[in-house]
Amino acid sequence: MMLNQFLFLGAFLFCAGVYGVVARRNGVLVLMSVELMLNAVSLNFVAFSAHLNDVAGQVFALFVIAIAAAEVGVGLAIVLLIYRNRVSINLDELDTLKG
Amino acid sequence: MTVPDVAFGIIAAAMVLATIGVVTVRNVVHAALYLVIVLAGVAAQYILLTAEFVAWVQVLIYIGAIIVLFLFGIMLTRAPMSNDPDLDNPPGVRLPALVVAIFLLGVLASLLGDAFGKTELEGITPTTTATVGDAIFQNYVIPFEVVSMLLLAALIGAVVIAKRD
Repeated sequence: MMLNQFLFLGAFLFCAGVYGVVARRNGVLVLMSVELMLNAVSLNFVAFSAHLNDVAGQVFALFVIAIAAAEVGVGLAIVLLIYRNRVSINLDELDTLKG
Repeated sequence: MTVPDVAFGIIAAAMVLATIGVVTVRNVVHAALYLVIVLAGVAAQYILLTAEFVAWVQVLIYIGAIIVLFLFGIMLTRAPMSNDPDLDNPPGVRLPALVVAIFLLGVLASLLGDAFGKTELEGITPTTTATVGDAIFQNYVIPFEVVSMLLLAALIGAVVIAKRD
């Protein structure tokens, strides 16, 4: 196996996540795209852990997973609050701060 | 072509298709189910990289917990279950997003090809759960404790934000 095949896969996941964050309008779907980006980073961590024979990459992949769990918890709470206040989670309608 | 290479190819192809599904499909529940395929594929890649503890944590936390949270979020925000053109931004936003994503992919791919083009992953020594545990509780015990504080803060924060007052 080449190291690059995993890195290319990670790069693709990350770019798809970037596209999703910008192109999606629904708050839940934007959070899903963020998950794609976090997974791309974890995949890179584990690939380099195998390449360098160092377990640190796996440890940090575990930290990324824990932080992703916290992020989704808080993010979905925010999305629910927005839904409760505005009866819509279309992110482009949240323009109260626009001058 | 060795067996891991073939396995990588099949899983990666499924992951690429499912990833495109996550960011383009017009149904929130289908997007969540495509996300399950992507996350399971990442777990399978971890197994190929002999990181089995991370792979099972990925299955337990992502597929077991985070997807369920997403499905709850979809349910509680009453997302329409049929095709919904409202899920995406108008094409005036989608097209620049696509250009940015493809440009980023090109930059990353050329950089990675330049830097690691010939790096072979050979002779991976399989890591056991004991090795990972030792590393966490010896070298990385302070980040580990910080993560526990972060999870506590996120727990309290989520309760406070979502509380009906």
